Amino acid sequence: MSDWLPKSAAGKRWLGLAPSYFVIGIFMLVPMIIMGVFSFLEPNPYGGVKPVGSFAAYVKIFFEYDLEDQLVFNPGYINIIFRSFQLSFGATLLCLVFGFPVAYYITLQPENRRNFYIYLVTIPFWTNLLIRTFAWIIILGRGGVIETPLLATGIIEKSLRMMYTDGAIAIGLTYSYLPLMVLPIYASLEKLDFRLLEAASDLYANRFEVMTKVVIPLCKPGIIAGCLLVFIPCLGAFIAPNLLGGGKKLMLGSLVQFQFASARNWPFGAALSMLLLSAVVIVLIFYARAAKNRAAMEGSA
Amino acid sequence: MSDQMHQAAANKGKKMLPVGHYRGLGAWTIVFFIFLYLPIVVLVFYSFNANRMVMNWGGFGIDWYLKAFQNDDIQKAVWNSLIVATAATIFSTAIATIGALVLARGGNFRGKTVSLGLITLPLMVPEIVTAVAVLIFFSAIGMNWGLGNVIIAHITFCIPFAFMPIRARLEGMDTSMEQAARDLYASEWETFRYVTVPLLMPGIVAGAMLAFVISMDDFIITLMVGGAGSTTLPVYIYSMIRRGLTPEINAVCTVLLFVSIAIVTAYWVVSKKSQTDTVH
Repeated sequence: MSDWLPKSAAGKRWLGLAPSYFVIGIFMLVPMIIMGVFSFLEPNPYGGVKPVGSFAAYVKIFFEYDLEDQLVFNPGYINIIFRSFQLSFGATLLCLVFGFPVAYYITLQPENRRNFYIYLVTIPFWTNLLIRTFAWIIILGRGGVIETPLLATGIIEKSLRMMYTDGAIAIGLTYSYLPLMVLPIYASLEKLDFRLLEAASDLYANRFEVMTKVVIPLCKPGIIAGCLLVFIPCLGAFIAPNLLGGGKKLMLGSLVQFQFASARNWPFGAALSMLLLSAVVIVLIFYARAAKNRAAMEGSA
Repeated sequence: MSDQMHQAAANKGKKMLPVGHYRGLGAWTIVFFIFLYLPIVVLVFYSFNANRMVMNWGGFGIDWYLKAFQNDDIQKAVWNSLIVATAATIFSTAIATIGALVLARGGNFRGKTVSLGLITLPLMVPEIVTAVAVLIFFSAIGMNWGLGNVIIAHITFCIPFAFMPIRARLEGMDTSMEQAARDLYASEWETFRYVTVPLLMPGIVAGAMLAFVISMDDFIITLMVGGAGSTTLPVYIYSMIRRGLTPEINAVCTVLLFVSIAIVTAYWVVSKKSQTDTVH
């Protein structure tokens, strides 16, 4: 029955991994390399590229040609990139402030109830992101759930215009990725030895110090992991800026999509994707370094 | 009355909380869950709006559900979604299972970290980057299989989601049963087929369910990769939102929402069962 299987352990090992390598290699790794190459080519006005090497796509991020065909600095795209980082950072911070106490509260519960809380945290995460963001249009929009009662009771007199603002995008991003903050923090808090808190308290640490000097340092890996898991998808977000920002307040993700769907400048879209990808790689390298340092410190302690 | 209240408040203030407990955590958590679930409740509530405009309440009605069910485009999109998700689930789960067997049981070997990194690569790369890269790739090699392109893209990013629960299950499983089978003269294949696979089944089912949900919910990659004929349900919902808000969108969304919740709940039950199984 198994005659066709390779005999050696190494042979079997690579046979088992071959399909994963094949699919992810061909349909993910190779496409990313091609994308990198495309970012150094010239655009074809009807979409696609011309096989002519050029740095134009990267130059376009910073400069534009004025009427006299001179390169002048253009802050437009830089502003969008900066806004993306700002909004992602803001959403990450909101998730942390909002999510940490919840993760901590869940840890304090008896075990069977803990599982149920975690189930409740994960449910929205597995439902469609598009649908959940759409729900916020009904809540924040003109004549929506927040405005209507305020208008009816005369607390406000005209529309609050909450939609199509940075605030709306930040709420949408926070809402989208909040479970990704709570879960890793919970995972590291769950391992926390609560006797350490007692010990700190016996040594005259007050409640605030117990939290800031014992709990938070001990669950730092979870906090960092949570921040990364929120920050990275925020940076490339497309749905929240498009639906809640009205497609006018662009972020990096929606700008990339725009280059392929409407502007038909593939090399520029590819260059922006490369920029996004390098930002992610830099963040991940920092994370790996921090994890390594921590492991080294724990090893020596 | 007010005296009693003062008394109660004073008592509450005096009662010492145990170390590590903080006031207001429970209330904060309640606010958190309201924030998390309010949009879902609002969405479902307005799907029963009889009015043509989502936000103007015009009485209770299920007309929009009936309308959505009769909409040919929605039916076609649902079919496309189901075809893509089923194909992506079958292939990604199969690929992830054998990959997980090697990585969890193959001991330490050169290239293990790299292999793990490659399999989880779709989790690290922002979705929009994956979408763009795959779009460029298909256009560069001139591949235009319609729904086939979408299926291939979905198989790729579903692999890590199927992989994680299967690997977790494998790492929690002890090998004594398999050793016993080998001692009783079962061949390697028989051991795998009649011992390993049945023990691993809860992990495989859990992985398949996650892959299915992820594929059903994917929007950005399908939007970019899919052509005119390969509209899936989320892509169709997006086009509906752009055309104008009617409760029909809410009705479709509500149905999709409950399908996802049902599958995730089933996943939860299966993985909890698999956890308790491994303990014994």
